[in-house]
Amino acid sequence: MIEINGGFLPLTDSAILVVAKEKGFAEDEGIALKLARETSWANIRDRLAVEQFEIAHSLAPMPIAANLGLTPFDTKLIAPMALGLGGNAITVSNAVFDAMATTGDIASQDARQVGLALAQIVKARGEKGQKPLQFGVVHPFSAHNFELRYWLAGVGIQPDKDIDIVVLPPVLMADALKSGRIDGFCVGEPWNSVALARKAGKIATTKSAIWASSPEKVLAVNAIWAERNGPAMQALLRAFYAASIWCGEAEHVEELAELLAKSTYLDQPVNTILPALNGGLLGEKSTSAFFEPHARAATFPWQSHALWFYSQMVRWGHVAHSDERALVAQETFRPDIYRAAIVPTGASVPSANSKVEGALRETIAVGASSQSLLLGPDGFFDDRFFDPDHLDLYIRSQTV
Amino acid sequence: MSTGLPSVLIIDDNAARASIIEAGLRNAGHDRVTIIAEMHGIVAKIATLAPDVIVIDLENPNRDLLENAFQLTRAVKRPIAMFVDRSDNEAMQSAIDAGVSAYVVDGLRQERVKSILDMAISRFNAFSRLERELEEARGALEGRKIVDQAKGLIMASRNISEDAAYRLLRKTAMDQNRKIVEVAEGLVLSAGLLGSGGNGGTG
Repeated sequence: MIEINGGFLPLTDSAILVVAKEKGFAEDEGIALKLARETSWANIRDRLAVEQFEIAHSLAPMPIAANLGLTPFDTKLIAPMALGLGGNAITVSNAVFDAMATTGDIASQDARQVGLALAQIVKARGEKGQKPLQFGVVHPFSAHNFELRYWLAGVGIQPDKDIDIVVLPPVLMADALKSGRIDGFCVGEPWNSVALARKAGKIATTKSAIWASSPEKVLAVNAIWAERNGPAMQALLRAFYAASIWCGEAEHVEELAELLAKSTYLDQPVNTILPALNGGLLGEKSTSAFFEPHARAATFPWQSHALWFYSQMVRWGHVAHSDERALVAQETFRPDIYRAAIVPTGASVPSANSKVEGALRETIAVGASSQSLLLGPDGFFDDRFFDPDHLDLYIRSQTV
Repeated sequence: MSTGLPSVLIIDDNAARASIIEAGLRNAGHDRVTIIAEMHGIVAKIATLAPDVIVIDLENPNRDLLENAFQLTRAVKRPIAMFVDRSDNEAMQSAIDAGVSAYVVDGLRQERVKSILDMAISRFNAFSRLERELEEARGALEGRKIVDQAKGLIMASRNISEDAAYRLLRKTAMDQNRKIVEVAEGLVLSAGLLGSGGNGGTG
């Protein structure tokens, strides 16, 4: 048995790690997987830095930020696998939701419609001289932060001016919303469901409505460890891939919720975890799954995803664009390692490393390593494309 | 009068632990030590205090919030993560093992901070040890209660003395290669299930 130590935060999208351990997929590959629950992403980063962890559940932009030197410690990290698509939502206070509802139908969770409703409120507040609304995210280098900003900017709301964005730990979001200290937040599950259960607010829209089939968490791995332990790295990816299949099967939804509910993992009631897994959080017209752990290449580390996050780091002033830095971001995601581990199992894996994000309007079959593979839809709510081959153009066209 | 030692802010919602660290630092001559337990408005409080060193427990979920605030600060004295230059991997390991982390204002020499962190680490460890001992003591007390209860059950059912009941328990435990408290637990549990005077005992 090879011992591998990993860290995770109590979030629904830690499912693949939890299932790999609890359902024996890691053991089947000869891995003794030890998981430690952490309370902050900073803890995860520190323990990767001192090599107490070889791997971790990680916000997708975190390893990119680390390799660009934007976060403390110079530990090089790679992301050889994604841990699912979607999985978070934007929840607003009851007051903001009710005010939005007076401007039109927002029950659809349609990102454009809801966004325009929010823009009206923001404008009205500005005219009355009221202070800007405050929205919470969990970390500056998170999909939450970049999606929220993309959405706001896309409906004419300027982040940091028209709406303040603050960092808050997920465990405190629901209370902060209920007490009125913030007016909304973008956070992963189960924290939207926790807020709903406490009647602190309502779901305005979801990550999958802003950007369908979009990346959220990845498996972050110490690059040196991965390099020196090729066979163990591959065995772990096979175990996680098998776990992702199990997580994606409809008949396992209840059991998965019960596993995650345990006190060692999320320590939340099963009923609070289920809505993210059974579509209970989705609006009436939603077409994309809320959280997809397996299907549609949900664990493939697309380099176009890495580059989109990079483009947003440039957009919001975290880093100045250069070809060299773009390459660092792109190469943080490692489809080559994923393919080397998964293709021999006979599973179908995308043949390309990147795709044009937004090109697929619906689910279609594409070329893959064996047979065909279903992908998409992968569109942004504002119908813009992200073509990683035209990164400079995309970055230049972004408004702040 | 100031000793010229760096000012220290301890962020810990465990008041007992925070105060033993504070006491340690004061004994070592630090006269500018502040404790914050309430996280509400923490960023503004830190800005006002402008500490040289911030000690924080790793269980605190607000580290990401604080690091983001430090990143955005325009102040000259910007706090950065301890050992960010990886100069002392061993110290960082022991800090993490103890459950403590630190931020130091940029420019402050690491050696001036080392003794503060060492103090925090040893006090965190001492505190965990104390907690563990308390837990064990609590367990021991529970065990004694259960043995008393089991003795009561045996005395009532067999009509024998307390001493004889205890000897019987001990013999059973030895025969079965188990702890006395385990045998007692089994007895109390089954008596409770069978309804045969499970409320008995002296505990």
